[in-house]
Formats: sequence, C-alpha cells, structure tokens
Amino acid sequence: MSERSISVDRPRSLRRFFFQWEWLLVLIFIAVNLINSSLSRYYLNLRSLVGSTNSFLDMAFLVLPMTFVIILGNIDISVASTVALSAVVMAVSFNAGLPMPLAAILCLVVGTACGLLNGLIMIKFKELSAVIVTLATMIIYRGIAYVILEDQASGHFPKWYSFLAWGSIGPVPLILIVFAACAIAFGLLLHKTSFGRKVFAMGNNLTAARYSGIRTDSVIVAVSALTGLMAGFTSLFLSSRMGSTRPNVALGYELSVIAMVVLGGVSTAGGSGRIGGPILAVFIIGYLNYGLGLVNTTANVLLIIIGSLLILSVLVLNVRFGGHRRPAPPGARVIAPGKAPDEKA
Amino acid sequence: MKKSFVKAVMILAVMTIAATSLVAQSYAIVFKNTGNPYGEKQMAGFKAGIEEQKFEAILRAPDQPTAEAQIAIIQQLIAQRVASICIVGNDFDALTPVLGQAASAGIKVFSLDSSVNPSARLTHVNQADSVKIGQTLVQAAYDMIGGKGQIAILSATSQASNQNLWISYMKQELTLPKYKNVKLVKVAYGDDLRDKSVSETEGLLKAYPNLKCIIAPTTVGVAAAGKVLTDKGLKGKVFLTGLGLPSEMATYIENGVCPYMFLWNPIDVGYLGAYVATALVKGTISGAVGDKFSAGRLGNYTITKAPDGGTEVLLGPPFKFDAKNIADWKTVY
Repeated sequence: MSERSISVDRPRSLRRFFFQWEWLLVLIFIAVNLINSSLSRYYLNLRSLVGSTNSFLDMAFLVLPMTFVIILGNIDISVASTVALSAVVMAVSFNAGLPMPLAAILCLVVGTACGLLNGLIMIKFKELSAVIVTLATMIIYRGIAYVILEDQASGHFPKWYSFLAWGSIGPVPLILIVFAACAIAFGLLLHKTSFGRKVFAMGNNLTAARYSGIRTDSVIVAVSALTGLMAGFTSLFLSSRMGSTRPNVALGYELSVIAMVVLGGVSTAGGSGRIGGPILAVFIIGYLNYGLGLVNTTANVLLIIIGSLLILSVLVLNVRFGGHRRPAPPGARVIAPGKAPDEKA
Repeated sequence: MKKSFVKAVMILAVMTIAATSLVAQSYAIVFKNTGNPYGEKQMAGFKAGIEEQKFEAILRAPDQPTAEAQIAIIQQLIAQRVASICIVGNDFDALTPVLGQAASAGIKVFSLDSSVNPSARLTHVNQADSVKIGQTLVQAAYDMIGGKGQIAILSATSQASNQNLWISYMKQELTLPKYKNVKLVKVAYGDDLRDKSVSETEGLLKAYPNLKCIIAPTTVGVAAAGKVLTDKGLKGKVFLTGLGLPSEMATYIENGVCPYMFLWNPIDVGYLGAYVATALVKGTISGAVGDKFSAGRLGNYTITKAPDGGTEVLLGPPFKFDAKNIADWKTVY
C-alpha cells in the first residue's frame, strides 16, 4: 500500500493548525457556555454541568459510527429504529425470563445484526443508495418493534440496571466515562489505523479505492455492523435511563445524530472530516439544549437555533474552506495513481 | 478599601440569598408535548392559579410526546431548584427514576391528568369525581324532561369499569324521592363503536316510544345518539345528554338535540394543580389520604385514595357545555 501513497502533505504550520473547523467549534462551544451562564445563574455549577451529560450522551454513541458512515459518503437513517428494536427485544426477553446480563448482550447482538443487514443489502444491491436502504430498514425495524410490543411499555428491569444511566463514579457519570472510552477507540480507529484510511479513501473516490485493492464491500459491512453495535449501546443506556422501553423510543434520533456529525465538519460528500468535530458538536448541542432549558425556552425555539447552526456550519465550511476541499488527513491520500486527489467517484 | 470590599461581598451574599429564596418559589408544570390545545388550556389554568398566588409559573412541554424528552426537562427543572413539579406523564413508569431525583432534591412532585407511578408522586390531580358525574347526569336528564318520564342509558362496553361506576352512581341518585316519576328503562351497550351505538340508539327508540331522554356517559355513544336523534327529527321530543367532546358534539348542541352535556374543563384541572403545588410546598398537605386544602375559586378539597394504590385529588363536578359556550370550546378539544 505504501508505495501507492501520494504525499500531498503540506508542511505543518501554526497558521494552518489554527485554521481548522474544530477551532470554530471550540469558539461556538465557549460562546454557548458564556451565553448560557449569563442567561441563567444555575448554569455554572460543575456538578449539574457534568451531571446533565447523561441526558444527551446516549445519542452520542451513534454520532461516532455515523461519522464513519458519512465520511464513507453514505448515510444511515435506520439507527433510531435499530435502537428501538434492540431495546424492545431486550425488555421482552428479560420479562420472558432471560437474565438481565444476557438480555443486555442480546440487545447488542440485535443492534449489530440490524446494522449487518443494512450493510449486506448495500453491497448486494449496489444500485440502491444508502438512504433508500436505510429508509426501508428504518420502517421495518420500528415496525417489528411495534409488532412485538403493540404500543405497550415493557420494563421492570432489576435495580442495578438503572446504575448504567444514572450511576456515577465520584462526580463523573458512568455514561460520560463509557462515552470517553468509545470516543478514543473510534478516534484511533479512524485516524490511526489502516481501516480508517480505507474509509477516507473510499469516501474520496470509491472506484479508485476499489482499484487500489481495498475490499470496499467488507469495509461497508464492517462500518454498518459497527453502527448497529453502537445503536445497541444507545439502547442500553436509554432504556436504563427510562427504566422501561416502548416501540417509540429514540424517535427522531437519526436526524439529530446526522445534524451533530454535519455540524462537526464532516462533509456530506464524503471523504473528509475528523472525529473531534462531531464530538464537540455533541457537547455544543447538548449544552445548548440544557442551558436554554434552564431558562425555560420552548422546545420549538431550540429546534430553530439548532437548524440555524447547521446551516451556518455548512455555509462556513463551503465558503471558508472551499467546498470541503481542505486536505484530509495524510492517510486519506491512498488513491490510485493517475487520479486527481479530490476527484469524486 | 478593604472594608468597602467586605461590605460589597456581604451585600452581594445577601442579594444572592434573597434571590435564591425568591426563585425557590417557582412552580413548574410539564405537559406531554407542545401544540396540544387541551394541554395549552391545562397549562394556562396552572399559570393562572400560580400567578394569582404571586408565584412564578414555569410552563414546559417537549416537542415530541416522549418520556425521554420529559426526563431532560425535569433534569433542567431540578437544576433550577424549582419548588414543585407537576407532571402530565407520557409514561407511567419511565419517569420514576428522574422524579425520584427531583424528590430527593427537595422538590414536591405530583402528577396531573395523566398519572405516573404512585411511588414517584406525592399525589395525583384527577379530572372528575365518579359520584358527581353520576349525580350531574341524572339531574340534567331530570331538568330536561321536566321531572317526569322514561330515560335510558347508552353506555360503552358492559365491562368498562368507569362506565359501570358512573351508572351505579346514577342508579343510586335515582333512588332519591325527587326522582320518583323518572323511570330508567334500560342500559344499552354501544361498545364504543359508532355503528353499534347507532343501532342501539335506534333499538331504544323503537322499544320505548315514550322515551324522553338518553344519557350517554361516553364520547362515542353520545355523538352516535346525537346523530340518530338529528336524522330522525326527534329534537325536543327525546333529549340527549352525557359526556362528550365539544368538537364532536357542537353540531348537536347547536341544533338543540342535546341541550347541554358535560366533560371536565382542562383549565380547571390545571388551576387545581396549581393549588396542590403550593399546598405541598407550604406543607399544608403531604399528599396523604384525608389532607385538606383550599383551591382558590374552586373551593375546598380533600385528598382521597386512588384506584392505582396512590392518592389523588378529584376536580369535582364535570364542566357543562351548552349553546352559549360551545362555540368557544368546539375548537379546543
């Protein structure tokens, strides 16, 4: 592989280091915090600031694999339905007598299976776009969840299970620790492994990536299965937080997750982005929600603000950074000889 | 210099304490979701009740009718140290952990309209009192027919517990000497199906040609009976009353087939919730059976045992909808 790399690395300079989307996100994050703390005197309280993360981090587990999906140039709108289906299967099997630890593992297995199915359909029927495939499975997975539970709630989980979402080690919520671990793992996977490089390469130019010997199908299936697995994680934390589950849990999560990834500077055209951006976006939107909630802003105003931020981010990325053509990390330059680096498949 | 600094700090400290104690008197209501006219009325009633006691009301509702969205809102309310949270639950069980957190933060938690698990609430504010529903409906029929004649009841299914409770209180009311000339001839069951309710109504009219009034304590039944009586041109001959949705019943109230009917008023439900909230915070009540408190313009209330094992406060007599107010309500719910 290495002999095929074309090095287009520009020399690292201080100016280039600060001229990154992530810094703008850091500025937005600081601005959000400044505005929030000036709006509400209850905002700057370390305990509730750290504690409030458990209300938005469950969704953040989906942001990590979604970053991979979008860098690939795909999209996955079935994630929320996968969350619902795996949560419902877990609750029903637990209430049918399966021990809770096994039910939790089953939840992850169901999530992974849903993702795997998405991936298999995508590689078997290449003429179908990812949005159509996952639109179909979005309806199917949620439909199965409704068939199983029929608009009822299921729960009565053991007491210890609620520790997952509500528990904390010292002042730090457990979910924040687990999320940090997952974020590091996904960051390493994307930026430090050959797998991550393949993802970038495929997002830049799928055909070129295939000709350069990347087994693109297995990368697509792996990313899909990983997405399903993380949907399983979301579902574990979500049902633990609620103490029960329903077929309509996580309704609308897919759009929030995609919004966070895009706000994080990941190009919807594929091939560029970094894991840090979406993670920052999770906290920006999370704390924006929390802070505006503290001053009792109505839910609809929040939606308007998040929508505006999204447009702003896409605009700035396209205008300021020249239509997403900023250099991707060095590994992404693994392309076939003779192809221009930025040419899309 | 030092002295003035100390002074400034002390003034600031006093102000902070004053401010926090002031804000400790804010009362929150969390409805199911935004854009629900019934909920808007309920929150408006809550706000009126809180503000006339000179406290601050916080009205919240998530954009999606889900428990997870309500959990996030409740967490924000806990961080704001509100005095009390009144929750219109989207889920009976899912809010239990977060409401427990609120309770351990010293916040008085109770549910309204749509209840939550008794272990997560101090009490519940319920719409209407079964005894009063029974009494009111029989009195309405009595007034409509001029105190004399045959009446019939069109119910939902024969197993519906609330229906049977109301019917038993209607029968109890009918044993009073006042009603000696009123005869209940039949209880028909329309099963809350529109077509079955229609044919049961037609059956009643055939079997009892001297029937003067139909009481239908179910929204489906009362609307079906309204249609039959209108189609057959029986306005003024056979009267209709019961529990109905203003939006469905407006036609029959406006055309006179149903002079008036009842349902609870969402504004009053919210208003009563406001007084439950302040009474819980003041310590006048603890949410136990037998606790008594006063609820502004609505009068005095006592907390009773709820069928789900917890306690509840019943709003009282159902709200009357007639030709005068139906135009305002038919667009509401």
